Amino acid sequence: MSNEINAGSMADIAFLLLIFFLVTTQISEDKGLLVKLPPWSTEPPPDFKANSRNLYSVLVNAQNQLLVRGQAMDIEKLRENTKLFISNPRQESDKATNPADAIVSLKNDRGTKYSTYLRVYNELQAAYTELRNEMALKKYGKDFEFVTDSQKKEIRELIPLILSEAEPTAFGDEK
Amino acid sequence: MSKFKESAASKGAPALNTASLPDIVFMLLFFFMVVTKLRDTELKVNVRTPEASQLTKLENKSLVNFIYVGRPTVKYMQVYGTKPRIQLGDKFANMEDIPLFLEKHKLQIPEKQQTQITSSLRIDGDVTMGIVGDIKTALRKANQLKINYSAKPLQKK
Repeated sequence: MSNEINAGSMADIAFLLLIFFLVTTQISEDKGLLVKLPPWSTEPPPDFKANSRNLYSVLVNAQNQLLVRGQAMDIEKLRENTKLFISNPRQESDKATNPADAIVSLKNDRGTKYSTYLRVYNELQAAYTELRNEMALKKYGKDFEFVTDSQKKEIRELIPLILSEAEPTAFGDEK
Repeated sequence: MSKFKESAASKGAPALNTASLPDIVFMLLFFFMVVTKLRDTELKVNVRTPEASQLTKLENKSLVNFIYVGRPTVKYMQVYGTKPRIQLGDKFANMEDIPLFLEKHKLQIPEKQQTQITSSLRIDGDVTMGIVGDIKTALRKANQLKINYSAKPLQKK
């Protein structure tokens, strides 16, 4: 006579539970682009005259084409071009005087595809991330995400992400 | 030689010890319980989020509300058509429902943390920006300024 409890069915029970959880749950895909919207105000925006050399305007039309500072551009070139504009390594007179003064302005159409819009937004953010990384590497020998909080703050002040979004136009068809 | 044969015949094949099987399965179970989240809402719209590289992880799940935008699934096409629609919670919704939805979610959160609430926008890549722009305006009017455009990590080709 043995007094042991028969644990043979334990595996079956555990399997049932496992399968139940597999069916009812989903692996959380909880990543995305973090964006801070400007507060809503009914007042017209202050009439602000940025030096036009500091303004980097990106327009996306309903055909998902890009117009950057008045010239058509491929989306593949956007990141490099934005970086050049912000950092202005050769101190050209048509690019930002200083990374802190650079303003990126994004305007889309109501008919622009969301995936194109997000890709453009992603490229613009990536340009800033890469510049911050480069500066962190140069100053502290580490990537931006690995430097201390105060060093991060310092770099953020030197290269602030200023991305303004204008009211979209409404030329294209909404689908 | 004969001795070996004899003992093998008398004992038969030894039973496989399965005593540790429940432990293994439980370990799997706990793993899945930790990495997944309960599917609390049925998706009534098709959402295939675009790919992006500058991703931030959503930290505290209870501080996040989800807004889905996409075309209704086949099941709901007859009733709701094929134009992109908004889904809040488990229901189809209109622009006007967004403030109430945000307010209801806000009430469940302690006042101290209310500034950290993030809206996760799960938007189908094929949707045009018109509806997205309207949602952004509605969020700004409701003073819900922290948003997260849900996206998948870039697939290397």
